[in-house]
Amino acid sequence: MQSLSNRSKVVVKKDLTFMERIYLPAIFGGMLITIKHFFKKKVTLNYPEVTREYAAVYRGKHVLKRDENGAERCTACGLCAVSCPAEAITMVAAERKTGEEKLYREEKYASTYEINMLRCIFCGLCEEACPKEAIFLTDVLVPTSFERGEFIYGKTELVEPLDKRVDISIRQTQAVLDFKTNKQLTHNRI
Amino acid sequence: MAKVTIDGHMIEVPDGTTILQAARMIGGDVVPPAMCYYSKLKTSGGYCRTCLVKVTKGSEKDPRPMPKPVASCRTPVMDGMEVQNKTAPDLLEARAGVVEFLLINHPLDCPICDQAGECSLQDLAYEHGLSRTRYEFSRRTFQKIDIGEKIKLHMTRCILCYRCVKVAEQITDGRVHGVLNRGDVSEISTYISQAVDNDFSGNMIDVCPVGALTDRTFRFKSRVWNVNPVDAHRDCPTCSGRVMLWMKGAEVFRVTARKDEYAEVLDTPDGKPGWICNTCRFDKKETKDWIVDGPSKIDRHSVISQNHYVLQEPAHKPLLNAVQAVPTSWQLENKK
Repeated sequence: MQSLSNRSKVVVKKDLTFMERIYLPAIFGGMLITIKHFFKKKVTLNYPEVTREYAAVYRGKHVLKRDENGAERCTACGLCAVSCPAEAITMVAAERKTGEEKLYREEKYASTYEINMLRCIFCGLCEEACPKEAIFLTDVLVPTSFERGEFIYGKTELVEPLDKRVDISIRQTQAVLDFKTNKQLTHNRI
Repeated sequence: MAKVTIDGHMIEVPDGTTILQAARMIGGDVVPPAMCYYSKLKTSGGYCRTCLVKVTKGSEKDPRPMPKPVASCRTPVMDGMEVQNKTAPDLLEARAGVVEFLLINHPLDCPICDQAGECSLQDLAYEHGLSRTRYEFSRRTFQKIDIGEKIKLHMTRCILCYRCVKVAEQITDGRVHGVLNRGDVSEISTYISQAVDNDFSGNMIDVCPVGALTDRTFRFKSRVWNVNPVDAHRDCPTCSGRVMLWMKGAEVFRVTARKDEYAEVLDTPDGKPGWICNTCRFDKKETKDWIVDGPSKIDRHSVISQNHYVLQEPAHKPLLNAVQAVPTSWQLENKK
């Protein structure tokens, strides 16, 4: 029958030669490849005793930063939520009362801030949208769990602890650093 | 009647029409932005100067161009007048200068401000302004005041457009607030700390182009793009009762008057002004108080229509309007 696509190949079953019929050369060839790998560098790691080094810009679990005085930077502007392609972020805003100036940087703060880690795709758009340098992605992995509820991270999981600050200085791009030193853009900071 | 050409679009308008009104009759890109002018309020306009236009031909009789840009909200058209708005690059530069002036004292607290997302100044600054400032001095700041029981005045954000003063003068009986002092130190206040409690005082919130006057019942409750605007009405004895509910699920977060494309309060179909009373605005915050007409139409470029496909103005609006303009009897016959 004539081929329609002209791509089919006729299979020809040739008889094996003598060298092929004794199989041994092929077996030794295969063993040689296997033995070579004993002396090569290993590609696997003995996790969790050994962990792999992460790139500086690895996008893992989020952190809600505090400012230099320990006040929460997030002002619940909702830009991270609206930029989130997976709609993983929800928040409830509240007004700062007098006497809470040390806790919250702005007059409005997020009383609830939740990220659904099952929805999150770790794209980092929230980090990019944030006008207050409040949310950053870190190189910490989000642990697995058998319960769905445990993947909804609230402020207790996300806000950085006062005694264990997260260093994100390496993640700030040159554009951000230039922005901070530009005198004409001072009005963009509060 | 006077023939006026704006950005190459000719229109015939009655005598006494201002250039801005004529531009709005044409619609679209030729309409200059306005921060203080409000078509529903008499004597408004003339303060902010964002509606500047360039008049390249004064009139048929006197074809000389006007020597400098004019405020289109206060300049009546003349027969044969030719006006440039978007087509004049020097005018856009002048307007960018006006925006820079408006932003000298305006704080950059959009992440906190409740008006963000529906703010005229935000749109204006985005379109014309620069992200840089040349102003090196500290901005004027004020304490926040509760100007009424349900209205918060954040004077720091005010651009002194006088719209709220006109509302108090023309919509409510007895104005108790106004602009105190002059020039650089002028501010909106009640002078003797007297609460604004008139039944129509809530309309000040709707006319405020920035976040200076905000609804205390909605303060920090939600960002405007996280709530769904829904058209609704109720049989209100004092006002038109035609409102926009801002809902999340079955919960009503905020009640405002319906707005048109220039963020002005929409008239009712029978031509009455669409102002709403404080009872409708502040007290009726339950779904059972209202009869819902359907989702409000929001401009698809607005952040409010973000993730709400049902709210978006259809792309072929003129076509749809043409279809809807066909008499219903004709449509019914054709259905048969």
